[in-house]
Amino acid sequence: MTVQMMTSTREPAQAASRPAVEIEHLRKTYGNVVAVDDVSFSVAEGEIFGILGPNGAGKTTTVECAIGLRSPDSGTIRLMGLDPRTDRDRIREIVGVQLQESAFPAKLRVGEILEEFRSFYRQPADVSDLIETLGLADKRRAYYRSLSGGQRQRLSVALALIGGPKIAVLDEMTTGLDPQARRDAWELIEGVRDRGVTIVLVTHFMEEAERLCDRVALIDHGRIVALDTPANLTVRAQGGKSVRFLPSAPFDDRLLAALPEVTRVEHEGQHVIVTGTGELVSAVILALHAAGLEARDVQLDASSLEDAFVRLTGKHLHEEGEQS
Amino acid sequence: MTSLTMLGRPTAPRAAFGQIVRNEARLAWRQPAGIIVSIGISLGLLVIFGEVSVFRQTSANLGGLSAFDVYIPVLIAFAIGVIALTYLPGPLVSYREQGILRRLSTTPAPASWVLGAQLVVQTCLMVISILLLLIVSIVFFGASAPKNPGGLILAVILAIAALFTIGLAIASVAWTASAARGLMAAAFYPLMFFAGLWYPVQLLPGAFQAISHLTPLGAAVQAMQAAMNVGFPPAAPLLVLAAYALVFGYLAKRFFRWE
Repeated sequence: MTVQMMTSTREPAQAASRPAVEIEHLRKTYGNVVAVDDVSFSVAEGEIFGILGPNGAGKTTTVECAIGLRSPDSGTIRLMGLDPRTDRDRIREIVGVQLQESAFPAKLRVGEILEEFRSFYRQPADVSDLIETLGLADKRRAYYRSLSGGQRQRLSVALALIGGPKIAVLDEMTTGLDPQARRDAWELIEGVRDRGVTIVLVTHFMEEAERLCDRVALIDHGRIVALDTPANLTVRAQGGKSVRFLPSAPFDDRLLAALPEVTRVEHEGQHVIVTGTGELVSAVILALHAAGLEARDVQLDASSLEDAFVRLTGKHLHEEGEQS
Repeated sequence: MTSLTMLGRPTAPRAAFGQIVRNEARLAWRQPAGIIVSIGISLGLLVIFGEVSVFRQTSANLGGLSAFDVYIPVLIAFAIGVIALTYLPGPLVSYREQGILRRLSTTPAPASWVLGAQLVVQTCLMVISILLLLIVSIVFFGASAPKNPGGLILAVILAIAALFTIGLAIASVAWTASAARGLMAAAFYPLMFFAGLWYPVQLLPGAFQAISHLTPLGAAVQAMQAAMNVGFPPAAPLLVLAAYALVFGYLAKRFFRWE
């Protein structure tokens, strides 16, 4: 099937003249392995941008190049107009980072780590606010080694935000959190975005991308396979819903394509597959009925971003042997 | 960039260095193995040597000094060596292993500030050890005050610089914390032998004495003994120490990896 390009229907919260993040033709290899291959995207100021893909797809390498932790083989990167290779000092001040698997000294207390990181920045965020929102207020005096995985993760998010960044890069922010803590983290991120912070979120959780992100880049084998709003991606990959049926007689596709609920009409042998949203099934059946036609063998399929991913990459996000 | 001020390297406020030092000091206090070993063992050995009466007798073989007098600089060298070689690289290498240095490198605070903070905290430990050794030996065991305090301070500073750079060079080439510990131990015990921890250097065969004077801790002991008992230390051991500091400082700078 042909995948048609669709323009975004959901505008970023604050459209700005200059993108917060601009990446063009980024390429990074490790020896013979191409980790990132010609990746380009831009993130508007105030946008929550998701980078979604299976393990080893190149998500982390992409963001690590973006923040200057790795130098790309080729391509250009600009964060608020700054080049991480030449303006890394400025970038350190305006970009807050949460890395995967970053630890802290076992015998420091949460409050001590926060105070140390706070002192690195000229206009830091309020520590009490931050730990309150992240549910760490009662852990202020706890040693790092006594924290649970989820608490460590929340501390790591707090440290990414403590400098009052313009851009926050969060790599697997909610991995290891329980569902409630995950939802709390999402609310926090939305709150941070509402203050004008641009957020780049690396994730392999569909629900997270669907719920939080204004736009999502699906990455597989180091390439962007799709980049759109979560809703459009879902539609592109078979739609929010699809109805498959056998019409009693041939008909003009425009009969159904004209319906507001329908985004696409396709044929598969004798069967017709109609993709769309809303009350799709009744709309289709009523329109056929009005034209004196009947739909037989009706099958309904509701799809999600996860389906979109499977369809676009041919694989599931949660592969075996995955850490969580 | 429109304004000149933006041309400067913006880094973290200077107060951040103080915060890092405070946290490194807390870690040293909460994981007191370093403090116990450096201060405890050197002071313990001093007290034992002081209590053994035969050690207090002066001997012509030792140039008219007692074994106790000879051991004070050896124990100072021990305190410096044990911290620089066994407690400096450990935290640095494990910070690297755990990604702490990498995480810091994404903040405005230079990762080198962690290294600087470690050096500050460990230098403090060394100075406390050395002062305790001198005070206890003078007050409780009647050792004479150093003849040339300025020379002693110079010898101590050079010894600290030489040993720190050797420790850092080892931390640079060691991939893991356990590899670092192995390399340290392999370096520390032979160096302490040539510093005279097990047997006074003055009583070793000539070839061993010559080697000792070219090792960092051996040169440190030679310079400190001179400053404590004779006068300003001779140039040779001071130059040996300075050469170690320069060579290993270069190696550490050249090969140190933050991640």
